[in-house]
Amino acid sequence: MAAERKDWKLVGRSPRKVDGMSKVTGATKFADDLSMPRMLHCKLHRSPVAHAKIVSVDTSEAEAVPGVVAVITGACMPIPFGILPVSQDEHALCRDRVRFVGDPVAAVAAVDEETAFEAAMKIKVVYEPLKAVFTPQEALKTPEPRIHDYGDEGNVHKKISMEFGDVEQGFSEADQVFDDVFFFEGNTHLPMEQHATLAWRDPDGKLTVWSSTQTPHYLHRAMSKVLEMPPSRVRIVACPNGGGFGGKSDPFNHEIVVGKLSMLTNRPVKIALTREEVFYCHRGRHPVLMRFKTGVKQDGSITAMACKTLLDGGAYGSYGVASTYYTGALQTVTYKVPHYRFDGVRCFTNKPPCGPKRGHGTPQPRFGLEVQLDKIAERLGLDPAELRLRTLQPAHALTANFLKIGSMGLGACIRKVVEASGWKDKFRKLPRGRGVGLACSSYISGAGLPIYWNALPHSGVQLKVDRGGGVTVFCGETEIGQGSDTILAQCVAEVLGLDLLDLRVVVGDTDLTPVDLGSYSSRVTMMMGNAAIQAAERARELIAKAVSEKTKVPVAQLEFAGGRVFDVSDPTGKTSMSFAEAAVVAEAKWGTLGTVGSYTPPPSPGRYRGAGVGPSPAYSYSAAVVEVEASEDTGMVTVKKVWVAHDIGRAIHKAMTVGQVEGGVYMGLGEALMEEMSYRPNRFGVHKMPSMLEYKSLTTMEMPEVETHLVEDPDPNGPFGGKEVGQGPLLPMMPAVANAVYDALRVRVDEIPVSPEKVLRALASKDRRFGPTSFPDIEMPPVTKVPTPWQGGSGRATEHETQAGGVRS
Amino acid sequence: MMRLPVFRYLAPKSSAEAVRMLSTEGPTAAVVAGGTDLYPNMKRRQVSVRTLVSLRRLAALRGAQAGPDGAWRIGAGTSLMALERDRRLAAERPALHAAVKSISTPVLRTMGTIGGNVLLDTRCNYYDQNFEWRRAVNHCLKCTGDTCWTAPGSDRCWAVNSSDSVPVLIAMGAVARLEGPAGVREVPVESLYRDDGIAWLTKAKDELLTELVLPPPDGWRSHYGKLRRRGTFDFPVLGVATALRLDGDRVAEARIVLNGVGSAPLRAKEAEAFVVGKRVDAETAKQAGELAFKPAKPLDNTDFENAWRKKMVKVYVRDGLLAAARA
Repeated sequence: MAAERKDWKLVGRSPRKVDGMSKVTGATKFADDLSMPRMLHCKLHRSPVAHAKIVSVDTSEAEAVPGVVAVITGACMPIPFGILPVSQDEHALCRDRVRFVGDPVAAVAAVDEETAFEAAMKIKVVYEPLKAVFTPQEALKTPEPRIHDYGDEGNVHKKISMEFGDVEQGFSEADQVFDDVFFFEGNTHLPMEQHATLAWRDPDGKLTVWSSTQTPHYLHRAMSKVLEMPPSRVRIVACPNGGGFGGKSDPFNHEIVVGKLSMLTNRPVKIALTREEVFYCHRGRHPVLMRFKTGVKQDGSITAMACKTLLDGGAYGSYGVASTYYTGALQTVTYKVPHYRFDGVRCFTNKPPCGPKRGHGTPQPRFGLEVQLDKIAERLGLDPAELRLRTLQPAHALTANFLKIGSMGLGACIRKVVEASGWKDKFRKLPRGRGVGLACSSYISGAGLPIYWNALPHSGVQLKVDRGGGVTVFCGETEIGQGSDTILAQCVAEVLGLDLLDLRVVVGDTDLTPVDLGSYSSRVTMMMGNAAIQAAERARELIAKAVSEKTKVPVAQLEFAGGRVFDVSDPTGKTSMSFAEAAVVAEAKWGTLGTVGSYTPPPSPGRYRGAGVGPSPAYSYSAAVVEVEASEDTGMVTVKKVWVAHDIGRAIHKAMTVGQVEGGVYMGLGEALMEEMSYRPNRFGVHKMPSMLEYKSLTTMEMPEVETHLVEDPDPNGPFGGKEVGQGPLLPMMPAVANAVYDALRVRVDEIPVSPEKVLRALASKDRRFGPTSFPDIEMPPVTKVPTPWQGGSGRATEHETQAGGVRS
Repeated sequence: MMRLPVFRYLAPKSSAEAVRMLSTEGPTAAVVAGGTDLYPNMKRRQVSVRTLVSLRRLAALRGAQAGPDGAWRIGAGTSLMALERDRRLAAERPALHAAVKSISTPVLRTMGTIGGNVLLDTRCNYYDQNFEWRRAVNHCLKCTGDTCWTAPGSDRCWAVNSSDSVPVLIAMGAVARLEGPAGVREVPVESLYRDDGIAWLTKAKDELLTELVLPPPDGWRSHYGKLRRRGTFDFPVLGVATALRLDGDRVAEARIVLNGVGSAPLRAKEAEAFVVGKRVDAETAKQAGELAFKPAKPLDNTDFENAWRKKMVKVYVRDGLLAAARA
């Protein structure tokens, strides 16, 4: 898409963000900033037990508290919801069962927050306790009582078994076979903004919901379903999010609850979650136990890989089925893997539900894969950078699991960080206690398929041109701090030759804007960008035709730049006019000026069950070198510097791209070193530390210098050649840190986070390693066998499969 | 969000008036200075306070002065930031300065006071939680419950003294000035604490801490080492203050104070006795660390694993002794 041009006015630069001044001056209205006359405040009464049947709920004392207007329970909302069509397993308020400490049971609407809290604490619930499970291993051994009455069996939510090619043949061709077990602890998004929602059903019967959501379209569907209102009477406005990272991409119980309370009270009702409640919303990184069996030749080429994952899903489905597929999907897009097998299992446990966090299901296996490659390189006597360069997937390749790669800049990324970090002078050469580690990754630029099956565009843009030369751009995308509003304006302004300030963007509003599926899966720039360019090019064409007719300058000669429309061969001549004048000419000819653009990803070549997870219009690539200091006395690891290179295709906005890379590095280092969702199974299953103080993530004091390099090789599918950057650069951090710790102290910590306790244990252990030692034997369903492209495979499984029921994300 | 409960706010104009108010109001009254610890605890309903007696108008409680002999008098209402910015304190009492600077974050040090840090409520992962969380464990011994979840077999509370300034003040031999209904008394800071997570202070509820007095340095040199996950924000999971008075190159007197590993600060007396008469070299320091390791009994109620925290006592006492000897 228009990728060839070299004289961009805005693309590749760093214009001021369209919402920048509002953000830094505090003028931006987040959901919690909203207030309405007669507004009520909502508090939820949450379960203090991890797993129980609800015997009775007595709300009478709460109702008697002066100032309380309504108290509701699950009885008034019988219809379940959930983000995936295959996991409609949540209720806005629990009806007969609570599944984790924090599951909401009842809700109060009162004149102020204190009253609502006081009343919520007066609700009496009688529970009949059920056995609770807190790990997937326990869940496998405890089929009864079931946490849900659906799923593959007992407390197993999902089992997946797929083989591409013939791994046994691949292993038999290997010179060495490596078999390693890794564990990646769960962690959460920790956005600065706590979720908040304001709902108002107006006297004319329309319900409007302002919420901190990344996915207004999916929330629209869930609200309409549970509240039994036609979508035409429900309007979702996604407020700017103070960070999302995947934690606001499910429809949430509290959003539906305030909608219901507004319908019952005929007043606006607002809820603002506490930080503790954000921990209960969770949907963060799944804890994953994994086993990687990889066969290699002496030269480092991979002959086969078999990956098993066991996911701790928490109490609900959420995106979990997609997350499970993702733990097996992207291993193949970085290095050549001729035979590949994936077995994934997700269990339900009595903890807050896991879901998508930045990297969605792929950082855990990426950690295992990249650490195992480090071990392979050492055993083969190869430099880990060299090993990777030898086995890279080429651009435009089709992988064993039928993922179509586009542009592929991982080799360039590796070379950049190797050179910039002085890798060759440091690797295995630094004094004891100091080390460097390298790791790579890849991520999708938007999922190829939507969450629910449909043949509609993934992103739509409408564009209105005003007689005064102003342009309003309407799109359902959601600004979550990543800069999507600016990218939207930038794409349109580039095509129409305007200044960003000449545009107004109207976004994330299901009444006013065409659907964009949401700010998840790194899809917004790719999909919204292409839709925006299409709408802008259509507007440009309308205006150009009208101007050409009037000025007799051929359309091909007309240029749009600097807020003017002119003849390229005579820019300042008589035919030159302002964009506003051109808009008047065009409106006189065509009538009211408006255009639309939309984007649907290309069809993916995979046709087997499960092929819906993994395809993308383009894949980004990242490589990183991390230098650490690791203390033998304490086991403490300090990251001294990070060099990261990211293949972005083209950086549409340079400063925001670098910002996303640095943000990913920051979040990744937090996961690598300290973040963990810990629970106390022997204390009723409470979360150990649901607070900003005691859930440890990096502060500025731990954040090292980050040197970012961008690799720009435009992707044919990307807007102006651009690919994703929101998630990919996080992925190499965890394995790079673990590999650097090995370089520093020659101990392996095959588990995330790499905490000081684990480093000391590894130092004290005989095999100089800390990590899981076994992967449980789990009976798997018959494997779906898919011949690879080089075996002449068509993308379909060997046994004929029906098309229905595939899972997408 | 979490809201504060309703409370009365009293603003006395003198310490005598403050003491009178505390006596009159009884046990549901509490002193508030910076409020950085108290207000969040009230939001989480950890303390049921009806009346707050504010020190804001008591200008006499603010300020730090050094006497000609090098003794210091520090008003209990002096903000941590004021002490951090006191260059003379940094030069003359670097260990105390380092401890103060390591407390929480700059924003909270601007509000928080040294008196507040000295009297800091004991902390525990079962206590420092909001009301709804504590409801899920049927509350704990320190706050309306009947079980200490840190050690359920125990009949006492094991919440942890987590002050950074306290171990250094003890190592320096500091004295606390208390004003109560019966008048003023001065007690060693060390005697302010009890090994009980609930009643962790020997001070009466209606006594006001007005001043901290540091004796002249008299050849003592000291150091503070703080163990925590991150370089800011975090409370200590182990704080080690070491103070030495040398006679030539040998130790004449030593004080080693551990905090963050029990309900009260802990003197490592065996280690202290061991180093007296010795040169502080690597081996001596290491052996002293081993001796200090034994009495420290951290439990699973702060960040990090308790076994690791206990191990760290060796490292921090060893390094602290070497650093103090060099100071």
